[in-house]
Amino acid sequence: MARYAREVAVVAFAQSDHLRRTDELSEVEMVMPVLHQVLAATGLKAGEIGFTCSGSSDYLAGRAFSFTMTLDGVGAWPPISESHVEMDGAWALYEAWVKIQTGEADTALVYSYGKSSPGSVRDVLTRQLDPYYVAPLWPDAVALAALQAQALIDAGEADEAALAAVGARSRDAAVANPHAQLRGPVPQGDYQVRPLRTGDCPPIGDGAAAVVLAAGDLARRLCERPAWITGIDHRIEAHSLGLRDLTDSPSTRLAAEHAGVFEAPVDTAELHAPFSSQEVVLRKALGLTDEVSVNPSGGALAANPMMAAGLIRIGEAAARIHRGASRRAVAHATSGPCLQQNLVAVLEGDAR
Amino acid sequence: MTAASPPEILRAPLVVEFPFTRSLGPVQSAFLTGLREGTVLGVKTSDGKVMVPPVEYDPVTAEEIRELVEVGATGTVTTWAWNDRPRSQQPLDTPFAWVLVRLDGADTDLLHALDAPGPDAVRTGMRVRVRWAAERTGAITDIACFEPYDGPAGGEAVPHDGDFADAVTGIVAEARLDYVYSPGRAQTAYIAALSERRTVGERCPSCHKVYVPPRGACPTCGVATTDRVEVGPAGTVTTYCIVNIKAKNLDIEVPYVYAHIALDGAGLALHGRIGGIPYDQVRMGLRVEPVWTEGGRHPDHYRPTGEPDADYDAYKELI
Ligand SMILES: [Zn+2]
Repeated sequence: MARYAREVAVVAFAQSDHLRRTDELSEVEMVMPVLHQVLAATGLKAGEIGFTCSGSSDYLAGRAFSFTMTLDGVGAWPPISESHVEMDGAWALYEAWVKIQTGEADTALVYSYGKSSPGSVRDVLTRQLDPYYVAPLWPDAVALAALQAQALIDAGEADEAALAAVGARSRDAAVANPHAQLRGPVPQGDYQVRPLRTGDCPPIGDGAAAVVLAAGDLARRLCERPAWITGIDHRIEAHSLGLRDLTDSPSTRLAAEHAGVFEAPVDTAELHAPFSSQEVVLRKALGLTDEVSVNPSGGALAANPMMAAGLIRIGEAAARIHRGASRRAVAHATSGPCLQQNLVAVLEGDAR
Repeated sequence: MTAASPPEILRAPLVVEFPFTRSLGPVQSAFLTGLREGTVLGVKTSDGKVMVPPVEYDPVTAEEIRELVEVGATGTVTTWAWNDRPRSQQPLDTPFAWVLVRLDGADTDLLHALDAPGPDAVRTGMRVRVRWAAERTGAITDIACFEPYDGPAGGEAVPHDGDFADAVTGIVAEARLDYVYSPGRAQTAYIAALSERRTVGERCPSCHKVYVPPRGACPTCGVATTDRVEVGPAGTVTTYCIVNIKAKNLDIEVPYVYAHIALDGAGLALHGRIGGIPYDQVRMGLRVEPVWTEGGRHPDHYRPTGEPDADYDAYKELI
């Protein structure tokens, strides 16, 4: 402990049901119920929150400044202190955590959402690639993940059966998660981009999530068993895939070291691995043994709302601590192709 | 007031196209110009590693790197993925492999497509060579793709001055993304009502303000606005400006008046053009009504109703 100036905990978490499409809902209508749920769980009103931060991407819906619309669901009048990241909400949580560390806020509302259904997410994600050498070729997220999967197979670290088992285990676990999009057995299916089959890939869907952070004794008052963030860090690797060893994730390992993951055993890991092969890479980077419960929520292979799936990993890990099912958990979020950037957080409950 | 019943949700195609014009630094300029000339260049880092495609700064030391070298147009596949269903903007329209290729003389890998008859013809370690595009402009797509190759390997990287006549200094990165846009429940109802020449808003159940057009939430209270309310058709000019600059592609004579109009019953003002009155006689408090044109999907403009002006106190909260 005493890694940071202030004790900060996740005191509430809520998520929407994740659905293939939600045409009847505007983004604010999708976000608002989860905002109401997390605020109700803490008893806080929107005006009492010290800092609000959201994560989303205009490219998903094809609309400029789409995040300003969802502020209507927060209740942004009278004026609030607010920020936004054009990234997964896990990075919005990081910004909010920093804000609380500086002493400028004692509480924070963090939310994120993604509607992938209006566009073709495989095409949309190519626009985040190097615009000079890579984006003009339009390699989609499945193709890039497939290159990583083949590299793992060539290195003898996985085979197609092992990858299929990751997907099957995730969707089995998701049976207990009423919000998940894919629950129970899913056919392994045809190759999408070989060696990845349908079952190795995440569902495409729409969804939202929200978290409330609070500092110190306030967290204890707002939540019976706060999920203390005892470590958090994020790291990035070179953008060129040809410079990276795709079978490893040194940025995850480094972030984990700085977050203190390796200082004591964890019992739970919520990993943001949209492709089965990425779970193999992350397990190795984080040194997870078979005793650790990995993605008991079903993970991103069961529901992968873009820009929210990483925040949901932190929320799911926190929720297990809230209900006493975990004592020390690691949560992970990723962004960019083939695990380019990674955020790692350690969440702990008070001993009892 | 009626409870909002769900009309059929509107959906429509939405195309987003954007040409980004990007300038190239000295290294990227040499590389892309080299492709146009059929020469593959890399850069050499201070510890002697050759990076292809080249970068301007060493990813480990962050040192600036400018030492250009020429590498082979032949290489070895380091990993691959078979793409059975090419997407429309990808390099080949027949099934192909995505490959990372280590060109002869390079220490890093280039991402591109490999033309091969099927997945059984591809393996890690296979030898390939560049197939040049017929017309080259100085872009990564000047490499049409790679193709299988069983000739001799290229040698070491050799120094290159990077000087080409008529160097490429920029690229235009064209992109098109196709969406199907849906405005959601609240705005669908608004648009559907406009087709009957009616204007509907939604009332906040907490503060009772009526939002027009409705977006489904009250930004003050942060709650859903669920009660649909018809407003107007007449309203009051709350503020206005006189436009003296003719907009491109807009068939309206200047000067004209652009105004905020609070429709009767609405909690905030809409925008609209004022017509049917000389521009210098428009005033705050003027009572106006919408004028629809044949086939118009929203009021073309608003004109005076002839009623006495509204009291300032009646609209001052809506300015
Ligand atoms: Zn209200």
